[in-house]
Amino acid sequence: MTDGALFRFLDFAVGLSLVCGYVALWRRGLVAIVKALAVQGASVAVVAMLMGIYEGHVQAVVAAGLVLVVKAIVIPRVLVGVIHRTLEYREVEPLVNIPTSLLAGALTTVIAFIAGRHLVALDASPATRGVPVGLAVMLLGFLLLVFRRKAVTQVVGFLMLENGVALVAFLTTAGLPLIVELGGALDLLMAVLVLQVLARRIVRQFGATDLNQLVNLRD
Amino acid sequence: MTAAAIAIGLLQVLALVAIAPVVTGVMRTTRARLEGRFGPSPLQPWRDLRKLLRKERLITEQTSWIFGVAPLLLVASTLVVVAVIPSVATTTLLVDSVDLIGVIYLLLLGTVVLALAAIDTGTAFGGMGSSRGMTIAALAEPAALLAIFAVSLRAGSSSLSTIVEGALADPAGLASPETLLAFGAVAVVTLAEAGRLPVDNPSTHLELTMIHEAMVLEYAGPDLALVEFASSLRLTLFFGLIGTLFLPWGIATTDNIAAMAVGVVAWLVKVLALAVGVAAVEVGLAKLRLFRVPELLAAAFILSFLAVIVSFFLR
Repeated sequence: MTDGALFRFLDFAVGLSLVCGYVALWRRGLVAIVKALAVQGASVAVVAMLMGIYEGHVQAVVAAGLVLVVKAIVIPRVLVGVIHRTLEYREVEPLVNIPTSLLAGALTTVIAFIAGRHLVALDASPATRGVPVGLAVMLLGFLLLVFRRKAVTQVVGFLMLENGVALVAFLTTAGLPLIVELGGALDLLMAVLVLQVLARRIVRQFGATDLNQLVNLRD
Repeated sequence: MTAAAIAIGLLQVLALVAIAPVVTGVMRTTRARLEGRFGPSPLQPWRDLRKLLRKERLITEQTSWIFGVAPLLLVASTLVVVAVIPSVATTTLLVDSVDLIGVIYLLLLGTVVLALAAIDTGTAFGGMGSSRGMTIAALAEPAALLAIFAVSLRAGSSSLSTIVEGALADPAGLASPETLLAFGAVAVVTLAEAGRLPVDNPSTHLELTMIHEAMVLEYAGPDLALVEFASSLRLTLFFGLIGTLFLPWGIATTDNIAAMAVGVVAWLVKVLALAVGVAAVEVGLAKLRLFRVPELLAAAFILSFLAVIVSFFLR
């Protein structure tokens, strides 16, 4: 593969991860939001793989495969399982309505691009051009955490934040060492598994995972 | 400007006028076939227009001159856009007398005139229809404009012929992320502005759901024929605009007659393919609740916004 074609695919994968962030902010169905997260995870893995090929690191390509399995297959499956078990399929009442949250997303993306300009200027290359997109994905994850109330969307927001961090890491350093990658992926998986148990407990106790019911302390 | 250019410019306008009702007919037939009905012939809209044109012109006494002028203005503004867009060739009659931003506002002029006419009659449905129509137009316009900025940034000009020639010289640029994002935004805006599903259902007269039909409810006879014709023309125009901006293959860039013949055929294929495609997708869609339409148009706005961001920062 020539470098030109490689960077073309890189642009697409980076762009797709940003669009997935907005899809998660746009949709109300929890399954659709998790699907957007899965596609975003896959595009982050593709970015990692392309950077590995570009730099010629076999290790980075292996790490990309690992990212693909964890972020695009395992975690989404666990989350869909949580949705089916808690019987909550929709974000019924987001704190902020959908058009407003999309506009807020647009604003954070502009901020990410303005802030990321200086990072890109440090070492301008076709790969680092995508760094502001990583920042924008992180901020979209933050927005999901702030604007949504269901446990699953909270986790999706947190994972999207992590996807943004991973995107920046892959684009700037051609991947972390395999062992760090492995540790990070396992941490994420553990967090999601713990959430799965926690969400079931919350539902048993309160009947729903709406976070507004969790503001008071009780014995 | 050669004689051939003038001739082909006129031919382009005449061809669009002749084809527009057929495009509507093709969409209805496609829908009927997919639903298991036989459906009317694709020529049925022309027959309907002929029938309406032969009828007597009836206008309520309570209306002002706006009501009578509106259909004419609607058709006239749309016809100007027809002449301006390089559907068949970039060298035709009026191409480049109006740029892409002008095209959007000429189309918007028709929408506004129709809404005014609907208010003019003073009926409940007219007011309801125009308030809804204006809401949608106001939400679709920023999305359309931003998408156009994105397309213009690629070509470095908002002139339609420069955009087409730039795209033909560099076909790979059409597969870039910003063009795909702009395409998504323009597709949604087209559905909203042309009053198709999931924004408006063109085949219903149910009081609480109609938008375009509520606005034209008071028209009858030749005036209704003009309004119906204009809405077919606008639909065809939007398909043609998508074809011109995002699938420019086949558009002639010279005065060569053979190239222009290819241009006409390519244009027909593009418009009919888009019509059949949209009709096929519509079969599986339900109309969105009115209060959910802003969410759809906000998504279109975000798509075109991302297209602009990408073409500014990822270059």
